[in-house]
Amino acid sequence: MILSLRMAWRNLWRHKRRTWLTALAMIFSNVLLVFMISLQFGSYDMMINNTLQAFSGHIQVQHPGYNDNPKLRQSIPAVVPLAVELRSTLPGAHIAARGAAFALVSSDQRSLGIQIIGVEPDHEPWVSTLPGLVREGRFLKDSLAAEIVIGRVLARNLKVSVGDELTLLGSGRDGSFAAGVVTVTGIFDSGSGDLDRSLAEVPLRYFQETFAMRDHGHSVVVAVDEIDTVPTAFAAVSHEIQDKPDLTALDWNQLQPGLKQAIQADMSSAWFMYGLLIILVAFSVLNTQLMSVLERTREFGVITALGVKPRKLASLVILETALMALLGLVIGVAIGWMVAAYLNTVGFHYPGMEQMAEKFNLPDRVYPSVTFFSMILGPGVVFLFSLLAAVYPSLRLFRLQPVEAMRAV
Amino acid sequence: MTDIRCVKLCKYFQQGDIVIKALDHVSLDIEAGSLICLSGPSGSGKTTLLNAIGGLDKLDSGEIHFGDQRVDQLGKGPMADLRLHHIGFVFQAYNLIPVLTARENVEFVMQVQGVSAKQRRGKSLAILKEVGLEGMENRYPAELSGGQQQRVAVARAIVSQPKLVLADEPTANLDSETATQLMDLLRELNEYHNVTFLIATHDARVMGYARRLIRMRDGKIIADELQAND
Repeated sequence: MILSLRMAWRNLWRHKRRTWLTALAMIFSNVLLVFMISLQFGSYDMMINNTLQAFSGHIQVQHPGYNDNPKLRQSIPAVVPLAVELRSTLPGAHIAARGAAFALVSSDQRSLGIQIIGVEPDHEPWVSTLPGLVREGRFLKDSLAAEIVIGRVLARNLKVSVGDELTLLGSGRDGSFAAGVVTVTGIFDSGSGDLDRSLAEVPLRYFQETFAMRDHGHSVVVAVDEIDTVPTAFAAVSHEIQDKPDLTALDWNQLQPGLKQAIQADMSSAWFMYGLLIILVAFSVLNTQLMSVLERTREFGVITALGVKPRKLASLVILETALMALLGLVIGVAIGWMVAAYLNTVGFHYPGMEQMAEKFNLPDRVYPSVTFFSMILGPGVVFLFSLLAAVYPSLRLFRLQPVEAMRAV
Repeated sequence: MTDIRCVKLCKYFQQGDIVIKALDHVSLDIEAGSLICLSGPSGSGKTTLLNAIGGLDKLDSGEIHFGDQRVDQLGKGPMADLRLHHIGFVFQAYNLIPVLTARENVEFVMQVQGVSAKQRRGKSLAILKEVGLEGMENRYPAELSGGQQQRVAVARAIVSQPKLVLADEPTANLDSETATQLMDLLRELNEYHNVTFLIATHDARVMGYARRLIRMRDGKIIADELQAND
C-alpha cells in the first residue's frame, strides 16, 4: 500500500504544471465554496433571527390549537406567572407574555379592523424589534396605562399622530362588549406594510382588563441569542410545561413554516450554481487524468504484462486523483477557513447594508457560520466528484491489451 | 523434465487481403533450467511466440501447458496471475517504471504478489547486489545507464523465482560490452539459480550463450539444435 501511495504521489508530479493547474482549480473552487457556504449559512442564521426577532420569537408557549386557530378563548391562564416561571428555567433567554385580539379601532375620522397585541412593556423590547422601530413618540411604559403604539401606515390611514386618542371596540373573552379609549404614544415603522397597517400594541394588563381576559393571555414568547440553542431551550420549556395539558410549546419552525421553505428554496438555487462550479472542476480532473492515462498507455501495458490486473491499475489512477483532490481540499479548506474565520470575527457587509439594517432595526453585518459542516460540505462534494471524474479514465484500463499497449508511443 | 510444452501454436494476422502466418503450427518443449535462444529475421514470429507463451496474446489454435496445467485457455484474470507468479519478462526497452527507484521497481511485482514489506526489501536488495547494482538501489531509472536499467529489469523478472523468463531482444539497445556483461549475468542466473530463459534475439553473440538454439522463419521453426558453448 505504501509503495502504491508513493507511486501515485510521484506520478502526480511527473507533470508538475498540469497537476498544479488542476489542483489550483480545486483550491479556487474550494475556497469559494467554503466562503459562499459559510456566508450562506451565516445569512440564514441572520435571516431566521431577524424574522423571529421581529415578532414571533424562537419559541412560544400557547394553548394547544391556538396556532392553527387563533381564537380569543383559546387562551392560557396565569400568563404572566408562567412567563416568570420560564424566566427562572431559562435565565439566558428573553421571555415575555402576550395577549392578542381583533378590534375595531376608530379615530375621529376613520375606523379600521386591526389586531391588538397586549405586551409586557418591560420585556417586549427583548423579544421583538418592533419597540426599537418606534420612530415617533415612545414605546409603552406602564403596564396598566391606556396607551397604544401603532404602525406608520395605520396612523396615516386613521389620520392620527402621537397624542391623539383612539377608540377600541371588540369582544371580550367572556363574550362581553370590549371597549376602551387609548392614547397614541408611539408610531413604529417596521418596513413591513402588513405589520405597519394592521398591528397595534397596548400594555398587557390594560389588554387583559379591556378584553375581560382576567389573568389570561395567548402566548409566552421566548427569544434566545443563538439559533443553535433553540433545541436546548425548547426541550427545557417542554419539560417545564409537561404537566400542563392546556399548554403546548412551539418552535420557530412551527411558528413560521414559510421561513424554512424560503431557506430551502434559496439553498436549491445556490446549489445549482455550486453544482456548475463543481462540474467544471470535475471536467478539469477528467481531462487531466484522461491525459495522464493515455500518455502512460505503454507503461500500463508493461505493468499489465508483468501480471498486474487492471483493477490494481484503476485503483492507482483513483488514488492519484484522490491525492490531488485531497491536496486541493486541504489547501482550499485552509484558505477558506481563514477567510471565513476572519469575517466571522469582524463581520461581512456590502454597500447599502448599513442603511437597510438601521431602517429595520437589524444587525448591519453578516457573520459567516464557521462550522465543520460549512467548511467541509462544498470541498467534500468537489472531492467526491473528482473521484467520479477519474472513473472513466480508470475504466479504460480494463480494456487495455498488453501487446497493443506496449506498442503505444 | 519438460516444464513447458507448446503444441501446434497458430497465430494469424489479416493485413488487407493477405493472411500473415505469425505462428504456423509451432511445437516446442522447454525444459526447466534451460537457456534457449530464438533467432530469425524480423517477422519470423519470435516475439509472437514469446507473447503467446507469456499469455499476452491469444492464439488462434494450439495448446500451451505449464507442467500439467493447460494455460492457453485461461481467462484474463487467471492468466495475469500466471504471469505474476510464474513468468518473468525482460523487454528490449527495459520498461522500468520511471517514478520508482531501482529497488522499488524490483519490489513492485512482489508487492502485487502480497509479499511483506520486510521480505520485499530483503529480497530486492539481495537480487540487486547479485546483478551488480549494489549502492544504486535508490536511483531512478533516468539516473541509470541502459545496461544498468536492463539489469534492474532482469532483477525484477527473476526476483519472484518464476518458472520461465521471457526476454525479447534484451541486448538490442546495449553496446557490445554491456550486452556481453548482461548475457554473462543471465547465464550465471541460469546456471546457479536454475532460472529458465527463453530469449528472442538477432544478436549472434547472444546466441552463443544458449545451449539450445531455435531458428524461426515465416512463423515456423526451421531448426532446433543443441550447441556447445563456453
